Amino acid sequence: MFDSLADRLQSVFKKIRGHGRLDEKSVQEGLREVRLALLEADVNFKVVKDFVDRVRDRAMGQDVLGSLTPGQQVVKIVHDEMVELLGGEHLGLQLQGKTPAIIMLVGLQGSGKTTTAAKLALHLRRMKRSPYLVPADVYRPAAIDQLHTLAGQLGVPAFASTPEMKPVDICMQAREEAVRKGLDVLLVDTAGRLHIDELLMEELVAIKAAAGPQEILFVADAMTGQDAVNVAVKFDELLDLTGIVLTKMEGDARGGAALSIKSVTGKPIKFVGMGEKVSDLEVFHPDRVASRILGMGDILSLIEKA
Amino acid sequence: NKTREQLTKRIDALLSAHRKFDDPFWEELEEVLIMADVGHQSAGKLLDRLKARVRKEKIEESEAFREMLRQELAAIFPEPKSVAVPQGPEIVLVVGVNGVGKTTTIAKLAHRAQMQGRKVLVAAGDTFRAAAIEQLGIWAKRTGADFFTKGEGADPAAVAYEAVDAALKGGHDVVFLDTAGRLHTKVDLMDELRKIKRVLGKKLPGAPHRCLLVLDATTGQNALSQTKLFNEAVTVDEIILTKLDGTSKGGIVVAIALEHNMPISFIGLGEKMEDLRPFSGEDFAKALVN
Ligand SMILES: Nc1nc2c(ncn2[C@@H]2O[C@H](COP(=O)(O)OP(=O)(O)OP(=O)(O)O)[C@@H](O)[C@H]2O)c(=O)[nH]1
Ligand SMILES: Nc1nc2c(ncn2[C@@H]2O[C@H](COP(=O)(O)OP(=O)(O)OP(=O)(O)O)[C@@H](O)[C@H]2O)c(=O)[nH]1
Ligand SMILES: [Mg+2]
Ligand SMILES: [Mg+2]
Repeated sequence: MFDSLADRLQSVFKKIRGHGRLDEKSVQEGLREVRLALLEADVNFKVVKDFVDRVRDRAMGQDVLGSLTPGQQVVKIVHDEMVELLGGEHLGLQLQGKTPAIIMLVGLQGSGKTTTAAKLALHLRRMKRSPYLVPADVYRPAAIDQLHTLAGQLGVPAFASTPEMKPVDICMQAREEAVRKGLDVLLVDTAGRLHIDELLMEELVAIKAAAGPQEILFVADAMTGQDAVNVAVKFDELLDLTGIVLTKMEGDARGGAALSIKSVTGKPIKFVGMGEKVSDLEVFHPDRVASRILGMGDILSLIEKA
Repeated sequence: NKTREQLTKRIDALLSAHRKFDDPFWEELEEVLIMADVGHQSAGKLLDRLKARVRKEKIEESEAFREMLRQELAAIFPEPKSVAVPQGPEIVLVVGVNGVGKTTTIAKLAHRAQMQGRKVLVAAGDTFRAAAIEQLGIWAKRTGADFFTKGEGADPAAVAYEAVDAALKGGHDVVFLDTAGRLHTKVDLMDELRKIKRVLGKKLPGAPHRCLLVLDATTGQNALSQTKLFNEAVTVDEIILTKLDGTSKGGIVVAIALEHNMPISFIGLGEKMEDLRPFSGEDFAKALVN
């Protein structure tokens, strides 16, 4: 996860740290390379710009931490800003309130919603909850089948939707069914849709209004490029997302979309998809990931001592 | 889109004032290209070409500049190779990472071929993903194509082999072989594709006649790595760029064309079987910067 971004940034830091004295020119130089590394990782152009500006301002006007070299200080500033960008500690699912709790999965076509619904069902069962998979994608061919197949593999119950039903009705009926069956978390798999498809976005708003979900998770493909922010902002505007799931992170994607989406929506990344199997889900720890990206084990311990 | 509007205005403003193209102007253009996923490096290459031409041809008017920009962009894309129609069925292998739109694109290609009066067989080579076979089966029905499956869990190479048999017997003109989505970094899964290709070639000399790599237009720089590794595994003939009906510009194909000289044959513009268009470098260039 984030390995190649980490490699890039770490080689920049090695150079910066090597400097005994750090003047404006070498800071600029280093920041130019940080900027490039982030752009190559598909972090949104504007997010990169703000990030680099903030680091530059702080690096230039820094209060000198006596025990650190100027190079180490710049690295520390980048680290702090990166933690800020990614968010702090892991935030788990927030399912307080009405029972059954409802989790809605939303996002673009093919991002991994259906697979993630199944993965979350397994995650919830491990937390001693009783999940109910609810197929509310009535458009994609065999989408309902897909979720039922996954439910069968897991031995988790799934609502018997049909393509003729309306998604809102599916959710309402599934909730009644869940109460009857004594199941306490609904996982609603919605159809993939474009953020600019007003009709289909309205449908999500209607589901939200009718079902009152505790969690609305935006499922995003880690390989997404610059447009990730436009999509995420639109989904967030209409639905007030509660969190983000980043899928397909086990490959060589640099995952800049994660930084971008978190930065523009302010919503936490809660889980990361690391494969196609239902067990391939990891909870996301922003602080640990920031340290890993920056390869800061050594310098962090220095800084903590300072 | 605001940035693009600004750029057009800026090109106009700069040039109506009869001033030179200055650094802020080029920076702004670079920003537009990077925001379209062209990538920093490819944007740089493109800017160098433009700067040289602006100097040499003394370009001053905004319309002339925009025209040049479109030309330079469009010129990057090679034409798809025309494949000599084989004796017997044409075998088309469709590959790509997870969720990009392979199966839907096969439906679109099948529909198109059917409309051209060709007899089509679609083969369910994704025997792994939940309900992938049912999904393709539904599309086969909708498009009127014939459908070949060996069921879930079958060896995809065996599906490929027997699908060719079925097409030979059935007198089909073209076979579209679906494959499971896979990340290009998974060595064993890429080897599986190599095996499928080998088996096809043994069964029918020259097969697969075309290998199509499906890329999602929302993908960023990772598409370069996808192209490289899928090409190494099965030698990609053409790229199909899906999901261009969204707000992504798909600019990564500029980088791919520059680095791999890989032609793009079609673009996907929606989820229906009619939503496929031949790729035009010129239209793409226009949409990218205007
Ligand atoms: N490699 C990898 N593949 C994944 C991951 N998550 C999902 N996928 C795959 O991505 C593809 C799309 O996943 P789906 O769950 O069908 O995506 P979706 O968002 O429900 O798609 P639509 O319903 O069509 O919008 C499938 O091939 C999944 O197996 C992941 O973390 N890693
Ligand atoms: N908006 C839009 N959606 C598309 C397009 N092409 C495919 N899709 C959608 O993208 C999702 C994934 O498409 P599939 O054809 O299942 O993708 P795939 O590559 O076969 O996926 P896997 O087999 O799971 O790897 C579906 O919801 C499709 O309807 C397109 O051009 N535009
Ligand atoms: Mg789905
Ligand atoms: Mg498929």
